[in-house]
Amino acid sequence: MTDPKVTIAFELNGELTEVAFAPHKTLLEVLREDCGLTGTKHGCELGECGTCAVLLDDQPVLSCLALGLACSGRRVKTVEGMAAGGRLHPLQEAFAELGAAQCGYCTPAFLLTAEALLAGNRTPTRDEIKQALAGNLCRCTGYIKIYEAVELAAARMRGEAAAPADESVYGRR
Amino acid sequence: MAGAKLRVVGKAHRKLDATAKVTGVTKFADDLFLPRMLYSKLLRSPHAHARIVSVDTTKALALGGVKAVLTGKDLPIPFGILPVSQDEHALAHDKVRFVGDPVAAVAAVSEEIATEALDLIAVTYEPLKAISSAEEAVAHPEPRIHDYGDYGNLHKLIDLEFGDVEEGFAEADLVREDLFFFEGSTHLPMEQHAALADWAPPPDGKVTLWSATQTPHYVHRALAKVLELPPAKIRVIATPNGGGFGGKSDPFSHEIVVAKLAILTGRPVKITLTREEVFYCHRGRHPTLMWVKTGVKRNGAITGMHFKSLLDGGGYGSYGVASTYYTGALQTVTYPVPRYKFQGARAFTNKPPCGPKRGHGTPQPRYALEVHLDKIAEQLSIDPAELRLQHLVPPNSLTANYLRIGSMGLGACIRKVVEGSGWKQKFRKLPLGQGVGLACSSYISGAGLPIYWNNMPHSGVQLKCDRGGGVTVFCGSTEIGQGSDSILAYIVAEVLGIDPFDIAVVTADTDLTPVDLGSYSSRVTLMSGNAALQAAERAREILASHAARKLEIPVERVVFADRRVFDAEDPERGLAFAAAVQLAEAAQGTVGTVGSYTPPQSAGRYRGAGVGPSPAYSYTAAVAEVDVDQETGIVIVPRIWIAHDVGRSINAAAVMGQVEGSVYMGLGEALMEEMAYRGNRNTVHKFPSLLEYKSPTTLEMCDVVTYLIEDPDPSGPFGAKEVGQGPLLPVMPAVANAVYDAVGVRVDEIPVTPEKVLKALKRKAKGEEPRFGPSTFPDIPWPEPTRVPPPWEGGDGKAIGQKATVATGERRH
Repeated sequence: MTDPKVTIAFELNGELTEVAFAPHKTLLEVLREDCGLTGTKHGCELGECGTCAVLLDDQPVLSCLALGLACSGRRVKTVEGMAAGGRLHPLQEAFAELGAAQCGYCTPAFLLTAEALLAGNRTPTRDEIKQALAGNLCRCTGYIKIYEAVELAAARMRGEAAAPADESVYGRR
Repeated sequence: MAGAKLRVVGKAHRKLDATAKVTGVTKFADDLFLPRMLYSKLLRSPHAHARIVSVDTTKALALGGVKAVLTGKDLPIPFGILPVSQDEHALAHDKVRFVGDPVAAVAAVSEEIATEALDLIAVTYEPLKAISSAEEAVAHPEPRIHDYGDYGNLHKLIDLEFGDVEEGFAEADLVREDLFFFEGSTHLPMEQHAALADWAPPPDGKVTLWSATQTPHYVHRALAKVLELPPAKIRVIATPNGGGFGGKSDPFSHEIVVAKLAILTGRPVKITLTREEVFYCHRGRHPTLMWVKTGVKRNGAITGMHFKSLLDGGGYGSYGVASTYYTGALQTVTYPVPRYKFQGARAFTNKPPCGPKRGHGTPQPRYALEVHLDKIAEQLSIDPAELRLQHLVPPNSLTANYLRIGSMGLGACIRKVVEGSGWKQKFRKLPLGQGVGLACSSYISGAGLPIYWNNMPHSGVQLKCDRGGGVTVFCGSTEIGQGSDSILAYIVAEVLGIDPFDIAVVTADTDLTPVDLGSYSSRVTLMSGNAALQAAERAREILASHAARKLEIPVERVVFADRRVFDAEDPERGLAFAAAVQLAEAAQGTVGTVGSYTPPQSAGRYRGAGVGPSPAYSYTAAVAEVDVDQETGIVIVPRIWIAHDVGRSINAAAVMGQVEGSVYMGLGEALMEEMAYRGNRNTVHKFPSLLEYKSPTTLEMCDVVTYLIEDPDPSGPFGAKEVGQGPLLPVMPAVANAVYDAVGVRVDEIPVTPEKVLKALKRKAKGEEPRFGPSTFPDIPWPEPTRVPPPWEGGDGKAIGQKATVATGERRH
């Protein structure tokens, strides 16, 4: 309340953005409260659950542990920046198709963390996906639909005409 | 619809809200911001049990930016989810009953100032002796935590007898007794509870509350009671829940507080709990001590069963009376139990209140029963899968405690997992350190009776057909991630022959939607689905009659498919769905219908018969595979095979998600999740954080092989039964049984932690009983039993000596 606001300029979802906020605020708070981007969620605000992950210069970071001030001049991507030209990102498409988003609260962080994985590894194994997502908690899905969605999106991003496996959406016959 | 080819139901679908969820557009409660909004914080008790001597808010009120401060005096009316335990106050009235019990609340212009103001509230407490466990509550009737309850600190005592179990034990070839303990665990939804209230001053005089709640209807009732406002002056909107699992099913202190603060300040007020506070709200799994004695014939047929449970309820009633009944209700629905006795007790203790967590009161006894049966099978030298297959409750039958079984697909479930897992090649045949275990279960598809007594439907739907061809479905049901909004659309789309994405759903808003009781007890698909089905069939009837006249065909020949209404015998002859709506609208005005659902009457008429009845029971079987490290005691579960009898899938992809999610949550309970309290002051939560309360990450989660068994039940819409909770139940006992198969020790306590496995292994090495688990069940002052002759002894569902005029007894969930 009493702290004078500071202003930073940074690239937010591909656009140069200026935002003023109290200097103690975390990136999470700046995004949600000062930029109006509530797609970034929080589960603990202590760096324990991964729910608030965003991409900072293409790397997943926990926005509850990053100060807004530290993002001056840097590139931030949130879930609002994933779909482009009125089309879902292949990861968003696959998550929607497979039901990898149940309550959807942890979903933005999983999507961005997976996007960072696929940017560096076009053909991740199941174990590599598990390792990359090990810092994100999900209480709904048991992670399985999330792995399958990442694999499906990766295949489509490689140009393959992939579809969900029958066993994945109907069970083993 | 019978016999008709299904176009929508049973397929794998995208959910209606999937795009909103993957783009971050979905507005959860904490995503809502209103102009001039204030922020609220709660001051919570640092004492487990204390009398409040005084609360001084002067300094807090004087802090710049603070707009209001509330204490218990401002909200004197008690509330609670069950009519029989209205024992909570929004802010502690005269006493605090657990560390974290809310005492005062602040509304300020920022969260920081609200937090600062909490430090300026001076509370004087007079500490009282704290009761830290159910056993301690049994041993210490005084000081009483509440001034009501069946005996001292025992909140509820139940004693039910269905036939003479002693006679059953006398007939048995083997009688076995076992003791088990199931530690408490919590829901841990990723979204912290949050609520926002707004107030429109008189003459409107109306409160609007947005809240992450699974039960907006019950919150509506609680607000009306505590705020002393007519229900018409309160609107409750359940925001999409960021996970619930039962943890957002009670009306909560923070919801009432923000509503009161909005009225006092004339401004919107929001509260978002910290993760630590979510642990204090709790309402999770009751820690439960269990004793079970079963008599069996040489072939494994049960002759009688006696089951006792002692639940640690924490500081308040919550759903606890129902939870206690549930620890004894469903033992009878899987394998025939001709004589059954159940004694259950719930204790008040000075810990966060326990309540309904996924499976509500049934995972604990199911774990006990399935491990107990594994031991019995070994003693009888019968394969545990065979033992169960030989003794299945028949479909369309009545159990000893008067539960009406409809479709029953457990046999098919067992055969699937036995075959899929290679059970016969693995059981008792794997190398030391590796093992497999099998367990089965059943769960209700909604409770047969409402929480408060009334004769009205449990779920209602209104349906509006737009002349443009769109349809809007209004229903009070609450989306908690399970896909309940979409279920309404699939069912209506099936009946009206349109696409699910032609349908808009409006849900969980007490001003706009007919009542649905809430997202709990696995009731939503069956109950709101049946209501939607009825509304859609009524709409189809209206549209079909006008279309038939236009097409000059009998109404029976009208088919609805592919967004068209046409002649079954000449499919080219027809009209667009929108044109059919326009025809009807021109002829008779706006096309709208309603549907509602009320469960069938229960067969049981005794006091306590209200818990257990359901329109349909789901069934599940699971095989778990484990690797046990004998040096460290660490148990790794590589894979679980699970088969679930869902009656019929409405959306197969969502059913798969519920099965996998249930296995995940069960695995967490089996291996690591526990509400642990500090050793020296064991009423203080040890780990109120996501880091220290261990739950499975991607690295602990096992592979899951799922089989969906579809044994349609006539009670469900298109035959559908529940899937949200049942598949959790067999996981814990399957893992415990697999640990025994792997290393020959019994861990009769959940979670199966490395420490417990090691202790059991050490006892085994010393030649002692290779077991870790409880050794005694305390003496409890049980009441006189309610004796109900089972159906096969000529019983009519009433207790012996019960007056004919007594109705169906306690109507509780």
